Order: sequence, then structure tokens, then C-alpha cells
Amino acid sequence: MIRTRRARIRQLAGRRLLYGVPLVLVVSLATFALAAASPFDPLEAYLGGSGDGFTEAERGALRETLGLNQHWFAAWWHWLTGLFTGDLGYSRTFHEPVAQVLADRLGWTALLGLSASVVAIVLSAALGATAGLKAGGLADRLISGFAVILYAVPPFIVALGSVLLFAVTLRWVPAAGVTDSGDAITAASTLRHLFLPALVLGISQVPPLALGLREAITRAADGDAVRGAQARGLPRRIVQSRHILPMAAAPFFALIGGRLPELLVGATVVETVFAWPGLGDAVVNSARALDFPLLAVVVVLTVVVVVVGNLAADVAAVAADPRIEADG
Amino acid sequence: MADRRQMGLAVAAVVVLAGYAILAPLVHPIDEAITDFASGDQGPGAAHWFGTDASGRDLLTLVAKGMRVSLAIAVATAIISTLIGVVVGIAAGAAGGWVDRISMRIAEALTAVPSLLLSLLIVSLFRGSLVAIVISLVLTHWTATARVVRAEVLSVRNAEYVEVARLHGLTATRIARIHFLPVAAGQARVAAVLLVAHAVWHESTLSFLGVGLPPHQASLGTLLADSGQALLLGHWWQLVFPAGAIVAVTLALSALGRSLAGPCREPIA
Repeated sequence: MIRTRRARIRQLAGRRLLYGVPLVLVVSLATFALAAASPFDPLEAYLGGSGDGFTEAERGALRETLGLNQHWFAAWWHWLTGLFTGDLGYSRTFHEPVAQVLADRLGWTALLGLSASVVAIVLSAALGATAGLKAGGLADRLISGFAVILYAVPPFIVALGSVLLFAVTLRWVPAAGVTDSGDAITAASTLRHLFLPALVLGISQVPPLALGLREAITRAADGDAVRGAQARGLPRRIVQSRHILPMAAAPFFALIGGRLPELLVGATVVETVFAWPGLGDAVVNSARALDFPLLAVVVVLTVVVVVVGNLAADVAAVAADPRIEADG
Repeated sequence: MADRRQMGLAVAAVVVLAGYAILAPLVHPIDEAITDFASGDQGPGAAHWFGTDASGRDLLTLVAKGMRVSLAIAVATAIISTLIGVVVGIAAGAAGGWVDRISMRIAEALTAVPSLLLSLLIVSLFRGSLVAIVISLVLTHWTATARVVRAEVLSVRNAEYVEVARLHGLTATRIARIHFLPVAAGQARVAAVLLVAHAVWHESTLSFLGVGLPPHQASLGTLLADSGQALLLGHWWQLVFPAGAIVAVTLALSALGRSLAGPCREPIA
């Protein structure tokens, strides 16, 4: 089964895409079907609170003009073909085309998500490796115990708790937003405001990653390759850095990819708590106001991100796996 | 022996928490609709052990009432999700072929959509409906159980005693009931307990984001949604007690789940 790295990666990419494209279609189709089955009336949403002044005839005419009379399947098809021409619909909550809302907010979410990922990966690699290489020791018990407890705390509580501690009690960093009110957006103020949300989102992802790496390391340390290296009398440091850690890296990367949905969920919550102007904040606002065009696009976009993220994780895992031979 | 003690502790913690949720509103009843701003935002003291919220309601009772609502939703979610997971898992594992492929593909697809977003979508379309909340949670919570149960069934599907039952002409449903169900039951029990903890999280997050339960219905999430503003004023008790309740419930239930699963078993959820 072992073939060259490049062939493995090509095969994985093909399989993920073959599965990902229909998945996105099905999810978007289900979203429209669900909206059609719900008590939600797009016309009422369009009229907002001012719907009472319209007669039945006027409502009928409006439905016709807005294309609300079509079957949900036709509406979905219209929406889907619109995507390819760059028409993502119009967001009622933000009074802007959905494409504009995404363009304004994607960067903020990417900034938060990437900074948080760095925090999560660095912390969990350090903690997981420390715990795993000396499994059963004092450091391991402390780290594992801490991780299990932190695992039980939902990210929004970590966020609220950190606001209480760092922003209200200690006054080290601001509690919300990306600038102090009225100020222009500068790199320095953005960093100051980014610190707490990125730290909270990163830390909330540490427990599963650190515990997973710890387990991968203990499993690798038990494997034949490591037994063999020990039997050959290689020093412990060499066994750890050349055999155990590379073996544990592949499952660790796969785990990081698998956490992507949770990272996105965490970002949604963290953006809400810190009034961070990203997509998560937008999706919560659009859910509260039932801004269907925006909600539908974000749900589909999230699935795309998850599929692509899983592919990236697969590729990283294959690239890191020492048991697969190099390109030939 | 250590395992027995751990399980005892976990059971005791669950009993204490459930006892608090059930008894506190009986011993010290309050009417949530009555607001008394004069006694609002009081810190913890002799009159109000957990302090009061902005409308002057006693948090000792309010947190207990919130726990009742959150736990009721979570337990309903866990029971329904486990039933679906066990049925789908046994069907997929026992039947194999296209039944297996289709059900596992559906499970996989549901896992690819971040569960909270799916719930946000459903709950906002069916606003304020308790049933919609439970359905939105069930939709994303049965898949892990189905996968575990399927794996258990696959491990015994070709065992001799199952083969014998088949040769004796037992129907597929009867084989599923007498041979597969007992095998799946252990895992399903663990998964169900962990699911309760998971659902408490999930529901509280939805309510916290303002799309779950209506604000007047105190769940742990709606109480915490109120605490965001209170925090900036330094009213820490409005965060600490509801948040503590969620963390305590999660820790107690996952400890119970782990001790049911036995040693060397990672939590599934």
C-alpha cells in the first residue's frame, strides 16, 4: 500500500474534492428546503416591521417581483447560478450585498483564526510533548489534569472569564472591539485588541490537541521502531527527536485539521463576546435577525473551509509521516 | 478499587447537582416575572448566597431553575440521539452494503458542518421553539454514537454464535435484538452520559448567542448572556455562579462517562 508521497497526496486530494463538491451542494439544498419548511416568511422579512400597511394584492405583486413565488428548488437553483456570477444576494441586517459583507469581514476572521491557531498549535505542541515524553510524571499529571478541566469549560465562558480578569480587574487590555472608540484603525491598536480574543480562542482549542498529541507520543513510544532504536542503544534524546516525535507528528496534524469545525464555532462565540467585526459576529447577527441570504452563504462557506482544511491536514499528515517513502 | 471510588465520586457529584437543581426552587421559590430593581445587582451575602441579577432576582434559585431547563433539554437530546445512533449503528453494521455506505456518508456529511452553525440556522428559522432546539441538537449529536455502535457490531457480526443464530433461521431484527443490542449497549450508555454534557454546552452556547431560548426563560445560557454587560460593571457573581454550574455539570457527567467506560478509554464526545 505504501507508495510515493506525491501519489498519496494526489489520491487524497482527488477523494476529498470528489466528496466535497457534492457535500456543498447537498448542504445548500438542505438549507433551502429547511427554510421552505419553516414558518419563516421571506416577504415579512423583506418588509420588516412595516408589513401591516400592505394589502393582499400588493403583497402578491411584491412576491412576484421578488421571485418569492417560485418553488424552493427553483430558488436554490437561482441562488446557486447567482454564486457563479458573483451575486450572493442582499443582506438585510447590514444593508449591503452579501459579497460586500464577506469582503469586509473575512480578513478580520482570518486574522483572529490564524493568530488563535498559532497560539493553539504552539501551546499544545509544547504541553502535549512535555506530558507525553514523560508520561506518568508530575508535569504530565499537571498538564493532563488542567487539560481535562479546561475541556469542560465552554469557550464563551473562557472568553467572559478572561474579560473579567484581564480587561475589568487588571485593565491590561481592552474588553472589546478593534479600536478604542473613535480612533482610526492602526496596527498597534489592532494588536492590542487582538491579544485577548486570539489568546482565548487559541487556549480553548488546546485541551483536545495537547491530550491527542500526548496519546500519539505514548503510542509511538510503544511501537516497534522505537523499541528497535532503544535496543540499538541510541541515546534517549535521539530516540525522542528522530523516532518518537516524527511518528507522533502525523496524527497530531490530522487532529489539527479535524478541529477546524470547532475552531470556527469557537471563533463565532469569541467574536460575539469581544465584538470582533468578523464573519462569526455577522453570522450571529444574521441568525438573530433571520437574514437568510447571509446565513445561507456563511453556512456553505463554512463547509467549504472545513473540506479544504481537512485536505490540508491530510496533506500535512502524509508529508510528515516517516513511514511513507520520499518522492521517487 | 480506584475506579469504583472514582465512579462513586462522579455519581455523588451528579446527585448533588441534580438535587440542587430540583430542590433549590422548592425550598426558596421566586417568581421570575417579578422584578425588584431596588435589590438588583447585590453581591453574594446572607440574604442572597449567590447574589442577585440586574432585576433583583435571587441567583441561587435562578441558577437552579436554569439548570433544570438546560438539563431537561440536554437529557431529551441525549436520549433521542442515543436511540437514533444505536438504531442506525446496528443497521449499518449488521446490514453492511449500501445501508452502511449511505448512513455513514450522511453521518460524515453532518460532521463536516460545524454543529453550532447548523443549530444557529435551524433555531433561527424555527424561532423560540423548544422542539426546534432539541431537533437541532439531535441532528448533530447522533453521529458519534452511530459510528461507535457500528464498530462494535462489526466486531461480532461474523462471530460463530451469530452465524449459528442465522443458520437457525432467526430474522435479522431478532438477531439484532438478542446479539447486537447487548454488545452496543455498553458503548451507548457511555455515549449517552457524555452527550448530556455536550448538549448542556451546546444549548447554553445557543442561548448565550441570543438565538436559543427566549430571554425570559432562564437557562444557564440566557443567564450568561445577561452577564456580559454586568461583567463590565464588575458584577462577577452574575458570571461565576451560572458558569460554575455549567462547568460542574460537564465535569461531573464526563467523569461519570469515563468511569462507566472503564480504564484506558478516551472520552468520545
